[in-house]
Amino acid sequence: MRRVVAMRYIPNTQEQRAQMLEALGLSSAEDLFSCIPEDVRFKGTLNLPGALSEMELVSHMQALADSDLNLDACACFLGAGAYDHYVPAAVDQILLRQEFYTSYTPYQPEISQGTLQALFEYQTMICDITGMDVSNASMYDGASALAEASIMACSITGRSRVLMARSIHPESRQAVRSYVTFRDMEVEEFGYVNGQANLEELEEKVSPDTAAVLVQNPNFFGVVEPLEAIAEIAHRHGALFVASVDPISLALLKSPGESGADIAVGSGQPLGNSISFGGPHFGFLAAKERFVRRMPGRIVGIAHDKNGKRGFALTLQAREQHIRREKATSNICTNHTLNAIAAAIYLSLMGRDGLVKVAELCQKKARYAYEALTGLGKFKPAFSTPFFREFVLLSTEPVGNLNRRLLGEKIIGGYPLWKDYPEMPDGWLLAVTEKRSCEEIDRLVRVAGGASS
Amino acid sequence: MRDPEKLIFEMGSPGRVGYSLPSCDVPELPEPLFTSEEHRRKSALNLPEVSEVDVVRHFTRLSQLNYGVDYGFYPLGSCTMKYNPKVNETVARLSGFSRIHPYQPEETVQGALRLMHELGGMLSEITGMAAFSLQPAAGAHGEMTGLMIIKAYHAHRHDNRRRQILVPDSAHGTNPASAAMLGYEVVEVRSNERGTVDLDTLKSLLSKETAGLMLTNPNTLGLFEDEIVPIAEAVHGAGGLVYYDGANLNAILGVSRPGDMGFDVVHLNLHKTFSSPHGGGGPGAGPVGVCERLVPFLPKPVVVLEDGHYHLDYDRPLSVGKVRSYFGNFGVLVRAYAYILSMGSSGLREVAENAVLNANYLLKRLKGHYRVPFDRPCMHECVVSCSNLKEECGISALDVAKRLIDYGFYPPTIYFPLVVKEALMIEPTETEGKETLDVFAETMITIAKEAKAAPELLKDAPHDTVVSRLDEVAAARSPILRFKP
Repeated sequence: MRRVVAMRYIPNTQEQRAQMLEALGLSSAEDLFSCIPEDVRFKGTLNLPGALSEMELVSHMQALADSDLNLDACACFLGAGAYDHYVPAAVDQILLRQEFYTSYTPYQPEISQGTLQALFEYQTMICDITGMDVSNASMYDGASALAEASIMACSITGRSRVLMARSIHPESRQAVRSYVTFRDMEVEEFGYVNGQANLEELEEKVSPDTAAVLVQNPNFFGVVEPLEAIAEIAHRHGALFVASVDPISLALLKSPGESGADIAVGSGQPLGNSISFGGPHFGFLAAKERFVRRMPGRIVGIAHDKNGKRGFALTLQAREQHIRREKATSNICTNHTLNAIAAAIYLSLMGRDGLVKVAELCQKKARYAYEALTGLGKFKPAFSTPFFREFVLLSTEPVGNLNRRLLGEKIIGGYPLWKDYPEMPDGWLLAVTEKRSCEEIDRLVRVAGGASS
Repeated sequence: MRDPEKLIFEMGSPGRVGYSLPSCDVPELPEPLFTSEEHRRKSALNLPEVSEVDVVRHFTRLSQLNYGVDYGFYPLGSCTMKYNPKVNETVARLSGFSRIHPYQPEETVQGALRLMHELGGMLSEITGMAAFSLQPAAGAHGEMTGLMIIKAYHAHRHDNRRRQILVPDSAHGTNPASAAMLGYEVVEVRSNERGTVDLDTLKSLLSKETAGLMLTNPNTLGLFEDEIVPIAEAVHGAGGLVYYDGANLNAILGVSRPGDMGFDVVHLNLHKTFSSPHGGGGPGAGPVGVCERLVPFLPKPVVVLEDGHYHLDYDRPLSVGKVRSYFGNFGVLVRAYAYILSMGSSGLREVAENAVLNANYLLKRLKGHYRVPFDRPCMHECVVSCSNLKEECGISALDVAKRLIDYGFYPPTIYFPLVVKEALMIEPTETEGKETLDVFAETMITIAKEAKAAPELLKDAPHDTVVSRLDEVAAARSPILRFKP
């Protein structure tokens, strides 16, 4: 017996189906599949739950969601690449316009000007904050953007080796490894000193084979890297300098463009995108003008109609997979347009002053938390180098224990570094965004400072 | 006709703001540990100076220059632009899904992990595969991940001569591009006059260098590869693996399963078959499923259920690693999960039946007005050609597409697949009713008549949009990719 609940998304009635089958000279729906050989026809019934009515579905989903601890119900000091920044209400309201979220890739520009213009504005804003000349229309996330930048650097330089700082996000390093080594190219890492890239080790490892030097700023430890010195070393050896940067920090910190980077990438999640258990977020990728035809992914440009009116269209498509097939700069096709539009809305709302204010609040609050926690005597700073909104403490109490106690007080504690940096078994990485109130920070300090149970 | 919308940078006034932020509630401290001059940004930001109402009106007006599925028929072939259920947007925004951190302790995200575990199981059941990774962010990302698994499998067996991936000439451009991303040599397989892979040609191309074959079934001509079993056997016989591009899975839900056809690796486009909205070009999700012997190579972590608790298993020594951070596009996974629960087994079968019925019905109605390159029953999409109009009156597929805009439709995919001249690839999906198909078919017939009677009407189309046909060639010659004051 067919359950009626499943049919709400399918308009054809039984009668219409019969009419259409008759027009085709078929007697049953089964005949539609006569081209499928008998031996690969699925005979049974798929073993799936459902079909649920909308009411049943909502209550099931609500129950699942309720079994998670969400960030509205606690104070989150966890960052490590995904940050709890405030998202103004207008962002989601605009994203919920069906014309943005139910449309496809803008292949027909005349009826896709909304998406195209929003992406053009996004590209302009990314160029502005990164100090670069050209931006594409978004990548999957920061990690895949860094991996694509590595491939791009190899193809530009004709070299096959990538040198990356160990202070880059561990998951980004893994993604670079997957992209590069599966392509039969090499990846090598260089270490850190006092939380910053080890320039001496970089000098030793950089060679005439090095296609790119990869650095993150602020790095995974929250520490600000000496970008200009790294750029100088990379360029002296004919390698490109790829900087992965945090977009909020760029309101205050020297941009990749100002620091001599050739390609800038990063995670755009902090710009108006919800955390969503790690995705969808988006990645950005921007570069110097001379590399534009080597960039991966979609790019929107200005195009004029026959009356000379300004419009927008996907451009430089000769780089892309649907035209160039195996000779394309990348296989990326679907990107993260809606997330990029969220960033354009967010950056429009914050504007030139608002982004600076957000960055300053993060800095001041992070600094306050850092002083209060180190003042307890229980935590030592891991490094003495400058940081932005995140910092590493070495804890005398086992970090797992500490985080469990905090959780009992509705506080999500820092990221335990031992998993990725065994040399810091007590390392605890804390992030403080503009959302953390003084009261929450004081509560963190009070509970963290308390005796371990 | 409306004026184009100004750029956001062309609006506003110095000093105007669209944000509100709390004042700093922590005592401010002197700066020794903070950025010194050496680290400070030198140039001011050039972001807009606009109010919230400016922003809302600007983006709302922009949205009105777009065409979405909620507005009308969107028969974009191979993209499966089906209706996106509203309840999925509601549930994906529940704070227990949208406001959770990927590194929270596992015990605080059991709902999210359970959802991922169950979704992986459902996708395995639907495709006949052993296990899934939900990590890839899009179809092409899934292809690359699937090919990494194939590469890792051969490397694990010390079978290192396998440098070639076979791809039919009708394949999506992402297939060869993904293979090239991994350093594979792409070998093209010519289609036969029936529009399918020619078994003898395929056999002649197989060798000890074959790593695998990538195939879409039904293929990009909307035709079922009915020799799929011997095709898979031939590839396996040569030591290669068979990869399934899931772009067209909509056609066979509950009717046939890639795993049962002999495919070893499968990617799915959740934003197509499982109704996640495409967002103007993403985010999507491209989960990858594998047969039993390839399970150890899946990206890590994998969600496992032990003693009634869900865990993220990172201890997978043969894993290809990671292709992106965290666990994939979780928000898209929530929508796909909700969709499958809405439909159930019988509902998914209804999807395939109605999608295929609609496509065949449209093909039947267009026959005689447009050339039909492969005159046989199609699956969920059909390919017609405007080459008859081109020969008779110089009207191209592009002209027909642009004229459809004037009639209120989003045009079909044009000039794809590459093996058909002046191709229009039409995919109605199951979420359209007969009335819509009839109006569309009548419009297409009207346009074919216009092509003969008044070709300039098509050449100049569209007529009622905010901009008329854009000169994309000139735009690419001297690209302007950002606003400069």
